[in-house]
Amino acid sequence: MKAGRVPRIKDLFELPVALSPLIDEVPLGVAVLNPKREVLLFNRALEALTGFARHEARGIPCAHILRSNICIQQCPIARLRNGLSDSVSLEGDIINRDRRKIPVRVTFAPIVDLTGRTVGYLEAVEDIRGLREMEGKIGKAYGFGQLVGRSPQMERIFKILPVIAQSDSSVLITGETGTGKDFIAEAIHQASQRAKSPFVKVNCGALPETLLESELFGHQKGAFTGAVDSKPGRFRLAHNGTLYLTEIGDLPLSLQVKLLTFLDDKVVYPLGSTKGLHVNVRVIAATHRDLEQMVREGRFREDLLFRLNVVRLHLPPLRDRGDDVRLLLEHFLNTLTSQFRKPVKGFSGKALRILLDYPFPGNVRELRNVVEYALNICPEDQIHPRHLPAYLVEPRVDVQRLQGGDAAFEVPRRVQQQEAGKDLNWAAVERKLIMDALVKARGRKSKAADLLGWGRSTLWRKMKQYEMDS
Amino acid sequence: MRELTRRVPPRKVAQLIWLGNMARKVLITLYGNEVAPRFDLATEVLIATLGPDGRVEEEKTVVLPQASAENLCHMVLTEEIQAVICGAIEEEYHQYLTWKRVNVFDSVMGSLEAVLERLEEGTLRSGDILFGK
Repeated sequence: MKAGRVPRIKDLFELPVALSPLIDEVPLGVAVLNPKREVLLFNRALEALTGFARHEARGIPCAHILRSNICIQQCPIARLRNGLSDSVSLEGDIINRDRRKIPVRVTFAPIVDLTGRTVGYLEAVEDIRGLREMEGKIGKAYGFGQLVGRSPQMERIFKILPVIAQSDSSVLITGETGTGKDFIAEAIHQASQRAKSPFVKVNCGALPETLLESELFGHQKGAFTGAVDSKPGRFRLAHNGTLYLTEIGDLPLSLQVKLLTFLDDKVVYPLGSTKGLHVNVRVIAATHRDLEQMVREGRFREDLLFRLNVVRLHLPPLRDRGDDVRLLLEHFLNTLTSQFRKPVKGFSGKALRILLDYPFPGNVRELRNVVEYALNICPEDQIHPRHLPAYLVEPRVDVQRLQGGDAAFEVPRRVQQQEAGKDLNWAAVERKLIMDALVKARGRKSKAADLLGWGRSTLWRKMKQYEMDS
Repeated sequence: MRELTRRVPPRKVAQLIWLGNMARKVLITLYGNEVAPRFDLATEVLIATLGPDGRVEEEKTVVLPQASAENLCHMVLTEEIQAVICGAIEEEYHQYLTWKRVNVFDSVMGSLEAVLERLEEGTLRSGDILFGK
């Protein structure tokens, strides 16, 4: 812009219009730069944001006026000059004249003339202080990604997740079924540098061994009967992104070796191909199995465990998450009522007590399903016990541990609940307890009686009662 | 001294009297051949020693392993710097340095040459824009 001349817009209205008053009305900071990145135009919002008046800014290199970390560390205009023609939006911060650091989002775009030549740049600066504050509050109240929780265990996980996401290390997620392993894996991907690249999920337990190999690593045309086309494989599909291997504990031993080789040299060898392909993939694995136990039993390779176990995340079961049950009940009720358009406002005191007392062996998934079931059944504005699934409401047997017996002897909780749910007859449960104790004691009645915490005569009487003495 | 008083605007006199006639060390944050736009992101600094006549007697450039406002503040104190010339600086660090009796000339924009010239003249002020001047 030549000194002393007022920049105008021509050919848009009947008469030329001054440009500055127009861009002054834009609530976003706007600057127009020349090809040397010196400020030509500066609007009112940017004056307020930076603290520099337009007459001071005119002709000064933009890095000295905007004073953003983006300008110094990753000025995108330098990249735009190298042929990139698209606009670029980046988040960073500026330090204004009042010496205050302000988080901003800056969008840089080239200005091209009618012949397509770049004649300058447009910079739009958005103050995102409000957004950051809100993010902070949300993060504190709810957690990370789609995960919700306020218990200390979950807070610890939410705190380290952003750090884990930013690193590029392999992650191993463990936890019972329904604790949210898949959500965590996706949340890590979304918060990582790879967020714009694919997130590919493979269930290692869902496919037979031969198919799984071709699914993961791909195959060449003609590698086996029926391979009429080459297949890229999930590793190649996830190039530059994240590959999520769920149920890694079910991965066959032969494929464990292949995965191990990949983790070492980042090269995949498709079936039937002699040439390896280099792929840049971050691996996140998850399992509900005890991998250390599997290593001891020789069902999982120790070296693979060590390679996957760079960052270990263990998701606690819902029964150990204290008040999170209440929080999750409210959370799912809110989301599902709006989804199903139901006028349900909450749980009755009795229904809430039943739900809070239930151990939720299926964890968050089961809790969500219970809320969904209740919402579907409930025609009123409050969920009562009669709207809950029957297995929650009817009396159940909850024998945690047999007293006075072998400490290692414990009736599996899930089995008890299944049994209780299937048949609420105490006699059947007692019969099962006696049978389990006898199996554990290898038929010795005195040891079985000890395990059950009964006298020998009680056991004998009960066995006779249930006709188990034959 | 009197001559100096005549040459500089009245606001500046107090600072120069405080610096006195002894050798003064000045730190300038650099970004290429210009004053770095940000104190906390500067990876190069120039430490200039001014003689009693106000002329630069000695210059040394220090390349920092990483940009850090804390490390720079630490360097200012260990090198016994009396004045810092920089671009944007956060209030926290400005107050700290001022509390440590270091003169901070912030929001200075311009080439190193122009800044040194103003410094020798004793006419440098915070917020000076020396580009194309």
